[in-house]
Amino acid sequence: MTEAAVCPVHQDRDHPLRPPVGFQEAVSDGPVRMLWPNGVEAWMVSSYAGVRQVLSDPRFSTRKGGQPEMRTDAGEAVLDPDQPGNINGIDGPEHMRLRRPLSRGFMVKRMNELRPRIQQIVDEHLDVMEAKGAPADLVASLCLPLPSLVIAELLGVPPEHQELFQATAGDLFGKNGSKDEYLAHATKLAEVLAPIVAAKKAAGTNDDMIGLMANDTDFSMDELIFLCIGLLAAGHETTSNFLGLFTLHLFEQPDQLEVLRRDPGRADVVVEELLRYTVGHLGGPGLTRRATEDVEVDGVLIRAGEWVSVSLMANLDEALCPRADELDLERDAVSHLGFGFGPHQCLGANLARAELQIGLRTLFERFPNLRPAVPVTEMRYRNDMITYGAAEIPVVW
Amino acid sequence: MTVRIDQERCIGSGQCVLAAPDVFDQSDDDGIGLVLIAEPPAELLPGVRDAVDRCPAQVVTLDE
Ligand code: HEM
Ligand code: SF4
Repeated sequence: MTEAAVCPVHQDRDHPLRPPVGFQEAVSDGPVRMLWPNGVEAWMVSSYAGVRQVLSDPRFSTRKGGQPEMRTDAGEAVLDPDQPGNINGIDGPEHMRLRRPLSRGFMVKRMNELRPRIQQIVDEHLDVMEAKGAPADLVASLCLPLPSLVIAELLGVPPEHQELFQATAGDLFGKNGSKDEYLAHATKLAEVLAPIVAAKKAAGTNDDMIGLMANDTDFSMDELIFLCIGLLAAGHETTSNFLGLFTLHLFEQPDQLEVLRRDPGRADVVVEELLRYTVGHLGGPGLTRRATEDVEVDGVLIRAGEWVSVSLMANLDEALCPRADELDLERDAVSHLGFGFGPHQCLGANLARAELQIGLRTLFERFPNLRPAVPVTEMRYRNDMITYGAAEIPVVW
Repeated sequence: MTVRIDQERCIGSGQCVLAAPDVFDQSDDDGIGLVLIAEPPAELLPGVRDAVDRCPAQVVTLDE
């Protein structure tokens, strides 16, 4: 095996909506070895075919085990590797045991039934934003509360604990997550959740996610509580960042915004293209896997035990679609990797789609003249490694 | 032309339903993918091929 160059991983961007400087060039001929800030080396795979291969080949495990894994800082891992209910860190039949019952709660049909309620939440929040008048912060007015209210309702948790969900999400997915802070928040959240679970068990109902998990599965209490924490956190952070980033990309590319304005009925296809493009432009390290056997990927032999970081910059690979580097809201939806691929593909994908479609469409229907109050490059961003987004989006209309 | 789903490995993602709603559904019991039309007419085949491509568990097949 030839020794490939080792590039350091960093998150410095010269434009908030573009990948970290030099990153695309560094990984495009991959797989390449990259060096993480905590000293761990991992293969970075970023071709469309390579990413699909790694994410769907059972010889790549998501188990983080006892081995040091690449981290974006020198700190200690936030999650215990054997945390019960950590659906993203187990493989094969063990993973299917947790995943199957949850899939039922996120079925396309169920997400479609939720649409009127999502629309209502969007409408109410935009009413308030309009009544308060411009300028407004789009993040606080819509992007953050929408997914957070929806996931709380879907689970069956009172929304007043929102701040706690958000703090825990920050610990789990943030850049410098500290284990102590996470444990403190998770303990508080578990105290909120335990009586809710007990009540659902007593009532025997399965009309929300907690009821479904409590009464229709063999999940242990520890698994159930952590799954709730994970769902609240995942449902909270990702969609809100993306709704904000989508809006910013559209502000920066008015010709594309025009496509959505002309034909709001295309919101479903528009959201797929925005996901492809936005996830592709986040760049940086992606999803983590470890080879359990020697496997060849894109002509490189990855040895058993080596770490692999899968970059969803693969969404910009010309093998996926022509002019993959460009946002083109007129193209048909393609099989992008914005939600990952393989057995761990995003559980909340159909929920996120419904929220993003309804949120984006309604926003520009209600405020056809919506525009940024300050240049997009001067807004404040949260440059975390796992989740990236605007901290504030000041808008006028 | 026969459409099949290997239900053992299906993760219930519903991508097939999004790609070809006339051909696929998800079971109310467990969200697992169901084939509604095993021998779909020609006009539904593009959607089926899209489902084959999009299925994250790679368990939708079309025997041509
Ligand atoms: C635009 C919004 C979203 C994006 C881009 C996104 C992206 C992703 C990606 C790329 C993965 C794959 C991780 C891997 O392979 O290791 C994933 C997994 C996951 N997502 Fe999302 N997600 C979004 C919204 C949501 C929402 C709203 C929920 C909540 C309910 C959610 C819950 C999950 C869960 C539970 C997993 C782990 C699934 C497993 O390991 O089997 N996500 N997400
Ligand atoms: S797309 Fe594949 S994994 Fe998802 S429900 Fe259909 S068959 Fe199952």
